[in-house]
Amino acid sequence: MRISLAAFISCLAIPAAAETPVLTVLTYDSFISEWGPGPAVEKAFESICSCDVRFVSGGDGASLLARLQLEGASSEADVVLGLDTNLTAAAEATGLFAPHGQPAANALPTAYDNALFLPYDWSWFAFVYDKTKHPNPPKSFEELAASDLKVVIQDPRSSTPGLGLLLWVKAAYGDRAAEIWTGLSDNILTVTPGWSEAYGLFTEGEADMVLSYVTSPAYHRIGEQDDTKDWAPFSEGHYLQVEVSGILANSDQPELAQAFMAFTQSPEFQSVIPETNWMYPATDIALPEGFETTRPEKSLLFSDVEAQSTRQAALEEWQSSLSQ
Amino acid sequence: MAKLAVAIGLFALILVTAPLVAVAYRAGGLGLSAADWSALRFTLWQALLSAILSVLLAIPVAKALSRRHFFGRSTLITLLGAPFLLPVIVAVMGLLALFGRSGVLNTALSALGLPTLSIYGLQGVLIAHVFLNFPLATRMILQGWQAIPAERFRLAESLSFTPREIHRHLERPMLIEVLPGTFATIFAMCLTSFAVALILGGGPRATTLELAIYQAVRFEFDLAHAAGLALLQVLVGGLAALVAWIAARQAGFGAGLDRRLPLPAPTGWRLWLDSTAILFATLFLLGPMLAVLLPAISGLLDLPSQVWPALARSLAVALGSTLLTCVTALVLALGAARGQRWLDIAATLPLATSGLVLGTGLFVLLQPLIPPASLALPVTLLVNTLLALPFAYRLLLPEARALETDYGRLADSLGLHGLARLRLLSLPRLARPLGFSAGLTAALSMGDLGVIALFASESQATLPLVIQRLSGAYKQDVAAAASVLLVASSFALFWLFDRKGRNAQA
Amino acid sequence: MLRLEAVELAQEGFHLSADWELPQGAIVAVIGPSGAGKSSLLSAIAGFFPPVSGEIYVGEQSLSGLSPGARPLTILFQDQNLFPHLTLAENIGLGLHPSLKLSKAEQARVAEVLEQVDLAGLGERKPAQLSGGQLARAALARAMLRARPILLLDEPFAALGPALKIEMLALVEKVARASGATVLMVTHDPADAQRIADLTVLVSDGTAHAPAPTEALFANPPAALQAYLGQ
Repeated sequence: MRISLAAFISCLAIPAAAETPVLTVLTYDSFISEWGPGPAVEKAFESICSCDVRFVSGGDGASLLARLQLEGASSEADVVLGLDTNLTAAAEATGLFAPHGQPAANALPTAYDNALFLPYDWSWFAFVYDKTKHPNPPKSFEELAASDLKVVIQDPRSSTPGLGLLLWVKAAYGDRAAEIWTGLSDNILTVTPGWSEAYGLFTEGEADMVLSYVTSPAYHRIGEQDDTKDWAPFSEGHYLQVEVSGILANSDQPELAQAFMAFTQSPEFQSVIPETNWMYPATDIALPEGFETTRPEKSLLFSDVEAQSTRQAALEEWQSSLSQ
Repeated sequence: MAKLAVAIGLFALILVTAPLVAVAYRAGGLGLSAADWSALRFTLWQALLSAILSVLLAIPVAKALSRRHFFGRSTLITLLGAPFLLPVIVAVMGLLALFGRSGVLNTALSALGLPTLSIYGLQGVLIAHVFLNFPLATRMILQGWQAIPAERFRLAESLSFTPREIHRHLERPMLIEVLPGTFATIFAMCLTSFAVALILGGGPRATTLELAIYQAVRFEFDLAHAAGLALLQVLVGGLAALVAWIAARQAGFGAGLDRRLPLPAPTGWRLWLDSTAILFATLFLLGPMLAVLLPAISGLLDLPSQVWPALARSLAVALGSTLLTCVTALVLALGAARGQRWLDIAATLPLATSGLVLGTGLFVLLQPLIPPASLALPVTLLVNTLLALPFAYRLLLPEARALETDYGRLADSLGLHGLARLRLLSLPRLARPLGFSAGLTAALSMGDLGVIALFASESQATLPLVIQRLSGAYKQDVAAAASVLLVASSFALFWLFDRKGRNAQA
Repeated sequence: MLRLEAVELAQEGFHLSADWELPQGAIVAVIGPSGAGKSSLLSAIAGFFPPVSGEIYVGEQSLSGLSPGARPLTILFQDQNLFPHLTLAENIGLGLHPSLKLSKAEQARVAEVLEQVDLAGLGERKPAQLSGGQLARAALARAMLRARPILLLDEPFAALGPALKIEMLALVEKVARASGATVLMVTHDPADAQRIADLTVLVSDGTAHAPAPTEALFANPPAALQAYLGQ
């Protein structure tokens, strides 16, 4: 009886004595997932910060910003991780973000320097196909349009890769984008709401190619010892997806948030990225064996502001070209 | 009981409208754009066609099942619950394995040198919606057939009715009672179609209102637009419920003595028709399910350990929602049977609400009060209950009405009220539809993904969320195996409740 | 004593007024052309059809506001007097306690009334396993067990053969005389009325006429009754 009473008192005492600060990170669901970078990142940062890292899921990448706007200044998050550069202009406009205070990430193919948003990984969009079935894949959007290959893409209204493709075509072809889309319309098998449905259709053999990333074949090589998947280099160049994180101005743990931003650039964080998020690390560290075969020769990326201003018109163009 | 029914009906209406109002209030108004009208047109068109086709196909199958006895009949009736409880993506993959570009049908066609068929486009959306909904329609209509007392069929036989006359005097009045509600339910459900319409629709031509809502909430953060679209969806769904309410006529067969008699089973071309209907239903049901589930079964052995706690959480949520839904639906159906017909609308509207607006609205309402993550499971429970309510209600209503007309006065005259009435009259007489509703609800909430994604934090993943995480991490094979586990446990729950209900039916 | 005080019943295309009383213990037949409102009259007394005006009393107690089960009466309908999913013993036990939670003594009483109506040993059967006469006797057994001062019979024996019906009427008379209950029974057969009814209420032309001694009424029938009897 006396022992349990003592134990009870010590239970009461612990929270008061060791008030561990909590860092709340709002991110997309697959980052938190057991198969994503989340668990390793959490462990590594907690071992140096003497704090408790809590990940909160905001759904998928596309809904992260909406979640933030919904919560506004009352958000309990300190850091947001997982916006991409197509959404950063809108994120900046919310006025919810504070400068991160870190030097720009150094391993991006195109320089990206933004006081509010710090890249932690990136990749190029690309069409992924099966080498054994299609030894000579198309080398451009125009060749794809002329072929009778069937591709699956994602809807730019519900998915970030879908939006990436929309901007890719726009960045490559400008005013000719509508014409390219019309040419592609008989090659598009279907348009899925998200990345995983499209990728599933492709792995089931329903489509010849799928819109994904240059780094996707690395998963098959490393994760499944399957060397049949590759990405098709397009002569127009490949559009970049750059994923960034940022500090919320209303954070009640600003120092901890700053420390976390610095941590995202450290080898401990960066080395987790390639084989969990299947993206390129944002800093210059060695890539895992077999991760990369070749790189696209040319990179395309709208600035944050251009991406924001181009989107609506490009979307209408896409809709009308494919609705004919 | 009557007051409780009114309270629950009002609560359901509030739960449907309050999130919508919260979103609109937060946005400061409602908005619609010109492009929304073409989305509305496509949405209405596909929902209308899907509902018509599902109901038309369901009638001969229900009829055949009601009057034929064959090996596996009972299993087939149980299986009719299955497509409805498949996760949408699993159902779509199953259909593609049969009708897709590299599916069985097209492989056979091209081997024969015939032109192949495309499942993408409106036809694909329709095939998928019919696959998902016609079995449910069949069960609802079959319920109607079973509610006709055997004595009426005996009377018909004694009057030497031909099958045509049986149809005219017994079956048609029953169909007029049951079909409008069945139609409205399926129509409302297809209204909110998102993933099916998008994946099989083949492109921006197949834009539904629900997709427009996704776009408005997620990319544009245009809550006024989202609320406007959601309101449109609810209005259309409400209108369908209203039309069904006006169209339905109570058949009024009177009571029987529960004598179990085989229904007249005519021979000749009607036997051929019935056999064809049963064969079609079996193939159309089993084909896609086996095609997608069989290859994944081998993966069951090496599922990651995270799957098991997620399964336990899903089961807990499912059982909780089942209890809540059955109580709610029973109270509403008995209330409606005693004359509160407006409850029809309250019980149908949840079908037409957008899951996303519902989730967003609840988020807006709760977030100032309490961290949403701490409410993930209760909110999921509540929303699942709300979304399953229309089915449970629709399944219970015809029999609750028959119960009230046949035995309401006797029970009243004996002073049979409250719990005693529930225990001695309502529960035993409604065990069959109640068991089916319970099974359906359990399975539906097992597979639900909608709201949990908005509220969940890292430690609260349910099985569908884990499956989504797996397929988002390139692990499509593991995800497929986990889907088999999900489908198997959903189906086990469904089978258990449905079987129990059918055995307990007094 | 059952008293109907200026009772007016109305529904689309139907109207009935009644203003009279019955002495306690009387057996009363309700007779009249079909559609005149015989069943509606019983429904109103039983509490299923609220009058637009007027008041129904049993003794000094007004029945308005009382639910059907709470009224001091038992009604037997034309059919559906038994729940098909409950056994005979359960159906009859409902007359004691709607919750069916019966003590040993109460169960014995159920067995006793079963015996009184010649259904001994059939308590565990379901209604579907019984004949029409047995079903009618079971319903009557429950009425006996309820022992309410008023028994309303809405033609519960209409479907029985002549011999069986005479037997049931005799049983009703025996039960009523023994318990002192007032019986109000709808019938379309003048012989039924003449067989057991002390008084007869003629329902015709929108009125439930005051009860008259049965013998006198049939000896010297008013015009409406003559028309009904085909005389």
